[in-house]
Amino acid sequence: MTPPESATLDAIAPPEAPTEELTTVDKKALIKEVLEVYPDKAKKKREKHLNVYEEGKSDCGVKSNIKSVPGSMTTRGCAYAGSKGVVWGPIKDMIHISHGPVGCGYYSWSGRRNYYIGTTGIDSFGTMQFTSDFQERDIVFGGDKKLAQLITELDELFPLNRGVSIQSECPIGLIGDDIEAVAKKSAKEIGKTVVPVRCEGFRGVSQSLGHHIANDAVRDWVFPQYDKEKKAGNIPDGTEYDVAIIGDYNIGGDAWSSRILLEEIGLRVVAQWSGDGTLHEMINTPSVKLNLVHCYRSMNYISRHMEETYGVPWLEYNFFGPTQIAESLRAIAAKFDETIQAKAEEVIAKYEAQTQAVIAKYRPRLEGKTVALMVGGLRPRHVVPAFHDLGMQLIGTGYEFGHNDDYKRTTHYVENGTLIYDDVSAYEFEAFIKELKPDLVASGIKEKYVFQKMALPFRQMHSWDYSGPYHGYDGFAIFARDMDLALNSPTWSLIGAPWKKAEEAAV
Amino acid sequence: MAQNNIDNIKDHAELFHQDEYQELFAGKKEFEGGHDPDLIAQTAEWTKTWEYREKNFAREALTVNPAKACQPLGAILAAVGFEATLPFVHGSQGCVAYFRSHFTRHFKEPFSAVSSSMTEDAAVFGGQNNLIEGLANSYSLYQPKMIAVCTTCMAEVIGDDLQAFINNAKAAGSVPQEFPVPYAHTPSFVGSHITGYDNMLKGILTNLTKDQKAETTNGKINFIPGFETYIGNLREIKRIASLVGVDYTLLADNSEYLDSPNTGEYNMYPGGTKLEDAADSINAEATIAFQAYSTTKTREYIEKDWNQPTSVVRPVGIRGTDEFLIKLSALTGKPIPKELEDERGRAVDALTDSQAWLHGKRVALYGDPDLVIGLVQFLLEIGAEPVHIVVNNSNDVFETELRALLDSSPFGAGATIWGGKDLWHLRSLLFTEPVDLLIGNSYGKYLWRDTKTPFVRIGYPIFDRHHLHRYATYGYQGTINLLNWIVNTLLDELDRNTIIPAKTDISYDLIR
Repeated sequence: MTPPESATLDAIAPPEAPTEELTTVDKKALIKEVLEVYPDKAKKKREKHLNVYEEGKSDCGVKSNIKSVPGSMTTRGCAYAGSKGVVWGPIKDMIHISHGPVGCGYYSWSGRRNYYIGTTGIDSFGTMQFTSDFQERDIVFGGDKKLAQLITELDELFPLNRGVSIQSECPIGLIGDDIEAVAKKSAKEIGKTVVPVRCEGFRGVSQSLGHHIANDAVRDWVFPQYDKEKKAGNIPDGTEYDVAIIGDYNIGGDAWSSRILLEEIGLRVVAQWSGDGTLHEMINTPSVKLNLVHCYRSMNYISRHMEETYGVPWLEYNFFGPTQIAESLRAIAAKFDETIQAKAEEVIAKYEAQTQAVIAKYRPRLEGKTVALMVGGLRPRHVVPAFHDLGMQLIGTGYEFGHNDDYKRTTHYVENGTLIYDDVSAYEFEAFIKELKPDLVASGIKEKYVFQKMALPFRQMHSWDYSGPYHGYDGFAIFARDMDLALNSPTWSLIGAPWKKAEEAAV
Repeated sequence: MAQNNIDNIKDHAELFHQDEYQELFAGKKEFEGGHDPDLIAQTAEWTKTWEYREKNFAREALTVNPAKACQPLGAILAAVGFEATLPFVHGSQGCVAYFRSHFTRHFKEPFSAVSSSMTEDAAVFGGQNNLIEGLANSYSLYQPKMIAVCTTCMAEVIGDDLQAFINNAKAAGSVPQEFPVPYAHTPSFVGSHITGYDNMLKGILTNLTKDQKAETTNGKINFIPGFETYIGNLREIKRIASLVGVDYTLLADNSEYLDSPNTGEYNMYPGGTKLEDAADSINAEATIAFQAYSTTKTREYIEKDWNQPTSVVRPVGIRGTDEFLIKLSALTGKPIPKELEDERGRAVDALTDSQAWLHGKRVALYGDPDLVIGLVQFLLEIGAEPVHIVVNNSNDVFETELRALLDSSPFGAGATIWGGKDLWHLRSLLFTEPVDLLIGNSYGKYLWRDTKTPFVRIGYPIFDRHHLHRYATYGYQGTINLLNWIVNTLLDELDRNTIIPAKTDISYDLIR
């Protein structure tokens, strides 16, 4: 797995002369030029989403969380993806029904690598696909009956499930099904939690509304159980060090390489939302002392709710790269007593040698390399410090489905002159990258091969390109290794036949 | 510390096996509210029983781990086989993100498609404005030569009328009047991805061949691949046709699009069947489809509207390929060249070399109807015995055809066709009536894990192995590929089962 050492790399692929950096004025001109191709109406819409960050501004100067332009080739998904794919799907001991036609569940089946420990098909269901596989008659006559029967059937076949969520696909809301009524009735019948989620794909402008709807479903259909149990005196008091990890989907094991640090500083992690999480963990969460929020975009709603209703404060943290990890550990520890604070310092010191070894090995190979990002709702800002720790420079970033509060937070992470693109279209992204000429593009699967065909090293930043974890100190080592193997792969130097290159040089 | 060796950085595949993380996992259980491990083990055992199988097969409403996708996925695969064609999916936008990701994960290639991004207001008022705006934008941005429109279930449920909308979009100037915008209604609650392929191909051919019927034929043969995900098959068909000297039109040829050379420059529309060739396909001598159930309506249309004879051949295995060559020769009057006869001989030679390891092997397989028929053809001719055949997107005509094929060989006698069943059904079948080999797409790996049945990946999607889609399963060369995958999987398994020193390794043979 270890790529050749940098000494030999130079012989394979001599570094190209650094391209002249574009100024803010150049970048603004580039945006203007790129927009020229759009018809007027679309141009007016899109120009609000593209800008250059200027130091000192309170946000990135772009509009966000607005409908995508039809036909533009947005990278965005839908509310169902945000609810089933992101928030609910990883809860491992519940069965999540893709309610409607077969496709949505099929395409999102095992796509996100939300790792979990459990016996799949027996007490855990994460990499399975359950669907009502709607046929024409279900559209015509409604699917409520089928749904009720389906829940009976699944409880017989999978008796160790702890509950069920009903993830609505587009038709459900259009044909007027009453899944809430079915949920209530079925919950009584099987004696378990049944959560109806109105995450039909046409709702809202992206995955983002799906996160919100999913959060609300937790509030309305899961937390009442906490209230009930609390009243009955069944919720243990816990300790003063109880926390929950909120907004970590355990992609490639991210939540575990985060949890290990929190436990090491003396905290007791009562729940993981939702990677490797269980219904029981969710129900108990309002009892914690502090909610630790990693993905703000997808779970700020429930965090705010717990603050307002249960008085649980929340704190955003960032476990990408040693600089932010140390800063976050200190900020987290500051919410607790001196024991925890002292332990946080110990943990930071403990990992110092490991981190230094990673930086000593990889920074020289990555120093000065530029990166352009385009990811979902958190990582366009959150991973930036990890690149900085490796000496890399961010020259462009944007969110698929960020909101204004994300772009505000982004200002703490980006430098003056960074190109900002919100809900970027395939056309814009390609045009920007051609001009920006980053050394690395870090985005999603739909973008990966476009840029690799352009001979640009690429890493998927949703799935960690099937690697990971990237969170925590253990994850940072993998992150560094992966950025190096992408950037310094000898395969890039094979692109282009030598005789063609010779011909081009002659001309 | 878990990352204690900078020269051996451990990712998830090893990191979590270490003590630190094993302790973490054990500690986390305290908070999970999980079940007693004994109960989990008991329940796991119960799912392997005949009793569970009967319960499992009694379900009516629930589908678990299906082996089918929905219509628009097939529709856009057909669309990208045509020159500079942009698939346009009318409806909610999330679907397109899913389709593009799905194909990209399988082919490891870019896949471009746009959506009309309908939301709540379109649900109320219909999606016409989205389509009008979407066509104008995609035409300007991506400069296609054709935009092929299909639908998501959202647009179908609210009853959007594509023909009317496209006419209105043209009237509104979204695209020029003469610009081809074929369309197909592709409701995801009818049929599966193979139905969508059929509908879109028919839509495109209907559009492009309008008023193109000439007095005389162009002397060509049309080939329709169907929902084909083996790029090697398209190349093999073209190679065979060239060797026989057949003038052909591939309807449609997405082989370049889904396996384009890396030259350092991204081309959004590599290859594809020329639109004028597709337009002229109406004047061909005949049409051969390599799949029946993804081309049913298209063939019906060609027979009726074009008055052109159509036939289906599946060039899988020796006899399937023989049939294809004989058909080509009969249609064109050209002899089958020596080169192909030699290839046949080599493939047969390979089969006879390996037959001892395959004879009587019990096989479970699942996939699309045509894929399954092709594989059964092959299995029967090597003396393997299909046992469980699961086809989620089955139909009566298919089952009759497959039954006849099974009945034609003594090796088919033990097979049951499980139409409309899913992979959780198959799990019960594999536990209660074990087999020697499982053939299916990447999702079969879960069955491999649970039942330990040796597993060969053939089908779509294949996400967890690289480059298999670049190979052919068609032709005599494809026969060797199939043989290679199957026999060597069995031999690998034999090694795995005989690898314990001083215990099982008596049979860990060097020569097999």
